[in-house]
Amino acid sequence: MNKIEVEDLNVYFGDNHVLKDVNIEIPKNNVTALIGPSGCGKSTFIRTVNRMNDLIPSFRHEGNVLLDGVDVYNHKMDVVDLRKKVGMVFQKPNPFPKSIFENVAYGLRIHGINDNDSLSARVEEALRSAALWDEVEDKLENSAMGLSGGQQQRLCIARTIANNPKVILMDEPCSALDPISTTKIEDLIHKLKRDYTIIIVTHNMQQATRVSKYTSFFLNGEIIESNLTDKIFIDPQNKKTEDYITGRFG
Amino acid sequence: MGFRVLSPRISQKIMNIVFIISGLITILILVFVLGYILIKGLPVVNLDFIFSNPIDSGREGGIFPMIVSSLFVTLIAGIIATPLGVGAAVYLAEYAGENWLVKVIRFGAETLASIPSIVFGLFGLAFFVVFLGLGWSILSGSLVLAIMAIPTIFQVSEVTISSIPSSFREGSFGLGATKWQTVYRVVLPAAIPGIVTGVILGMTRAISEAAAVMFAVGAALSLPLSIFDPGRPLPLHLYILATEGISLDNAYGTAAVLVILVLFVTIITNLAVDRYQNKIMGR
Ligand SMILES: Nc1ncnc2c1ncn2[C@@H]1O[C@H](COP(=O)(O)OP(=O)(O)O)[C@@H](O)[C@H]1O
Ligand SMILES: [Mg+2]
Repeated sequence: MNKIEVEDLNVYFGDNHVLKDVNIEIPKNNVTALIGPSGCGKSTFIRTVNRMNDLIPSFRHEGNVLLDGVDVYNHKMDVVDLRKKVGMVFQKPNPFPKSIFENVAYGLRIHGINDNDSLSARVEEALRSAALWDEVEDKLENSAMGLSGGQQQRLCIARTIANNPKVILMDEPCSALDPISTTKIEDLIHKLKRDYTIIIVTHNMQQATRVSKYTSFFLNGEIIESNLTDKIFIDPQNKKTEDYITGRFG
Repeated sequence: MGFRVLSPRISQKIMNIVFIISGLITILILVFVLGYILIKGLPVVNLDFIFSNPIDSGREGGIFPMIVSSLFVTLIAGIIATPLGVGAAVYLAEYAGENWLVKVIRFGAETLASIPSIVFGLFGLAFFVVFLGLGWSILSGSLVLAIMAIPTIFQVSEVTISSIPSSFREGSFGLGATKWQTVYRVVLPAAIPGIVTGVILGMTRAISEAAAVMFAVGAALSLPLSIFDPGRPLPLHLYILATEGISLDNAYGTAAVLVILVLFVTIITNLAVDRYQNKIMGR
């Protein structure tokens, strides 16, 4: 079953035609990896799904981005509600300059949950799901800025999970992390895919093979090839895909 | 040109020495001025001087009403200027984008900041005291000081808010926060240290003003009990004591109290700001 279906998506930033006739299906409760060279539109693509591009004045799109069959750009769509359902983890860990607790409670508070008991319970649950609880349980009041980069990124995942999303978008979540922290995040992704539909942008092809079931290859704003990850890396159908994964460019 | 014949290492050394010397000179001037005021002023400062009323125009007695006047005008000025300055900064940095109105507001703030304080004083007399009929009062003085402090508070706050990394805002939007929730819950708390610094800068200047308030607060020697009473802030008292040859000793004493007050406020708020900064940044 598909959680997201994108039909003939074109995205422009002013005159810059960034995504060209993109069609992709994202299956529910699986990990889909997006690979491709820098500047080919991977970030733009995932930011279209939770409408983060709305913040950019020159942004314009055509086509449909269906979440559970509903176009996220339909005029009745509540963007606040959409971003609650479709969480996002950024390239550089970006915890707020607040306590660890308040970082995770942030989404809950802005969506109207202020009762201390339910906050505590849900913060703990989210931190456990993000495999961070054991490392921070006795310093929840400390600033999140004091955590290591890897811990900060898991905190950002916890912060997203606390909102109880259906989809998690990850934009090169490990690119700023050391190998050990990267392994922890990858293990976490394995665990999370049972409950969430995950789209992960990655520069690292080994990472795509390690964490994802499906992979789409982007080039110059187009999807060149989408397939099962095992297939795409072993037997790419398109010459350009083959060139990219064998390191001939990118 | 002659500089180019020196090796980079040597010119670096020379520049280091130049920087150290100019730094030292700055500190020396500060120590000298402060030391001079304190040495001349502190001998007359005691609890009695601080807590009693002036006698015979200030030739004898203390400066209690002046201390109260100073704190009073500055506090009211802060209450008026802070929301306006910070509000304008939030609007410009977060909402307005770049348009002609924004440029006009920025230019206006810069111009306002460069107008001599005596001109503000004159404006205060014409507008608040006479036209609005507020008379010589703490309120009139506060309004003049507020107008003077707004550009400072605004400029420092705007720079601070603009320097908050956009990744914080993205994180907040990504969790479904609205613009206002993001500003209120993420941007402003992160900007608090800079905003407080701006407010304190504006307020320490306000508390040090004689020219701006001399036509607006009156020069009453009595204790102001409401915002409609006239008063005499410390710098104005000091000015009158010195220029009218009433008592140079008490003028120095008044100056010493003013300096200590300003230092005290600056140091306390700096410590508080550092503490807050360390807390939110986890240091
Ligand atoms: N905020 C923006 N405004 C204008 N153009 C942008 C913006 N963000 C990205 N682009 C353009 O969109 C294209 C795709 O960028 P991006 O989606 O970031 O690529 P990727 O994530 O694959 O490296 C680039 O040509 C980039 O210059
Ligand atoms: Mg990118």
